[in-house]
Amino acid sequence: MFSRIKKALSGPNEPEKEEKKPVEEKPQETSSPTKPRVGYIHLSGCSGDGMSLTENYDILDVVLMDMVDIVYGQTLVDRWDMPEMDLCLIEGSVCLQDEHSIKELMEAREKSQLVCAFGSCAVNGCFTTYARGGQQAQPQQESFVPISQLIKVDLALPGCPVSPEMIANTVIALTEGNMTYLQPAIDLANCTTACGCDLLNNVIRNARCTGCGTCALACQTRALNMIEGRPHLNNARCIKCGCCSTSCPRMWLPVNQIKENTGL
Amino acid sequence: MVLGTYKEALSARATDSKIQKVAQDGGIASALLIHALEEGIIEGAVVAGDPNDDWAPYPQVATNADEVLQAAGTKYSMSPNVFGIKEAARQFGLEKIGTVVVPCQMQGIRKAQAYPFSIRFIGDKIKLLIGIFCMENFPMASLDTFSEAMMDSSLNDVKKMDIGKGKFRINTTDGTKDIPLKKTHGYEQSGCNICNDYVAEWSDVSTGSVGSPDGWSTVLTRTDNGVDLFTSAVDVGLIETKPIEEVKPGLPLLEKLAKGKKDKSKKEIERRTKMGIPTPVLY
Repeated sequence: MFSRIKKALSGPNEPEKEEKKPVEEKPQETSSPTKPRVGYIHLSGCSGDGMSLTENYDILDVVLMDMVDIVYGQTLVDRWDMPEMDLCLIEGSVCLQDEHSIKELMEAREKSQLVCAFGSCAVNGCFTTYARGGQQAQPQQESFVPISQLIKVDLALPGCPVSPEMIANTVIALTEGNMTYLQPAIDLANCTTACGCDLLNNVIRNARCTGCGTCALACQTRALNMIEGRPHLNNARCIKCGCCSTSCPRMWLPVNQIKENTGL
Repeated sequence: MVLGTYKEALSARATDSKIQKVAQDGGIASALLIHALEEGIIEGAVVAGDPNDDWAPYPQVATNADEVLQAAGTKYSMSPNVFGIKEAARQFGLEKIGTVVVPCQMQGIRKAQAYPFSIRFIGDKIKLLIGIFCMENFPMASLDTFSEAMMDSSLNDVKKMDIGKGKFRINTTDGTKDIPLKKTHGYEQSGCNICNDYVAEWSDVSTGSVGSPDGWSTVLTRTDNGVDLFTSAVDVGLIETKPIEEVKPGLPLLEKLAKGKKDKSKKEIERRTKMGIPTPVLY
């Protein structure tokens, strides 16, 4: 499963993929071997992305029930030891003072073909960037970093939370091996910083902004207002999720996907 | 293909004199929105209104014909209508939303529909996308310069602004004044110079004055939804049409301008790339 994507991502590491293939057909798997096995790990985040994954069954029931097997995840699966996974969704940033989180993250990397930074906290730290420790019950826990600082991440889905539609689109694209759709998320995998300032630095300062307002539509906290045809950032409201610049059509534009979707 | 994919090209205008009176050209955007509202295809539309009556547009949510007509007519500065969709969906609680947008905004909306990272439950509520032809857009200070410095008129006295036949024109309380478009060059916002879409290629229906005679608009129907709505508006007599081949200057001028924008933006992107300035990544 996902061999095409894995191949595209890792290039010369193809033998590894061949090794992993038999794992899929291990008898301990009760479900159909053709369905991708998806795991879910929750590190330091608010659970919003997990809720986004699970709460909207009207969109996701087909995806979750028929297209994939969820094999690991607190509250999702009754299993304590981490199984081999085709895809592991990791929510939340990782706390450097929390040995358990680091161990779980490392183990997930070892046992998953693909690791997806799921939600902005995992991708770039999001609001956990503001953490400074000194709080009960673990005053020593003060450093929360994007997971890509510790492990190789294959694709990233920023969002605070990621929308259910985006999760569904991505899981479907993964099961179909649709590289065209996944490429932007793959290219976002190494992004470790993000905030409303990105609009100033990357878009407006580079003469790309046309004042369309997509960034302000994407902003989860209404930190962005549109004033005189430009996004105006209220720093105090910005949670550094990076959704504004990720959504900006002048940062990147999925021309082929749009043409396919609209038939235009 | 310089006009994108379209089903039919026509010259058209709204038949209702109430629309004709306030519309920029043929009143197609207003007529289609009103028809879509009346038919229940949309519950509301995000339109570029002029809430302070000072030519500084801002998105408004129109839920009836009167509100649509209030926002009729082109404003030549930026109205972040894509942001307005949030208000329509969240504050107004609309389930079926339409909007009239320029090509760059169409790109933002289509991207949000294809990759709704954080934009949850919005994409599927957008039921009608009317695109308007757009060469470039001006900051308010540029419009102020045209009006005050170049045409000696206060923006407050301007009744209508129009671009056509190589001129930027204003109708004021003391008559019509104009400047050649050459004088407006360089006052447009810089982001427009890397845009390659003149005719809103990803809309349901695109419309604009270029190609049609005064008081008429050129219409390109693109999606099935767009064709259905336009056909229905014609069937009920809200819009009248002429074959585009029978009007002057017709499609050749539209194609020329659309191609011109593509060529110009390509050159500008190459120029910027050479300087090391990032331009949009295309997938």
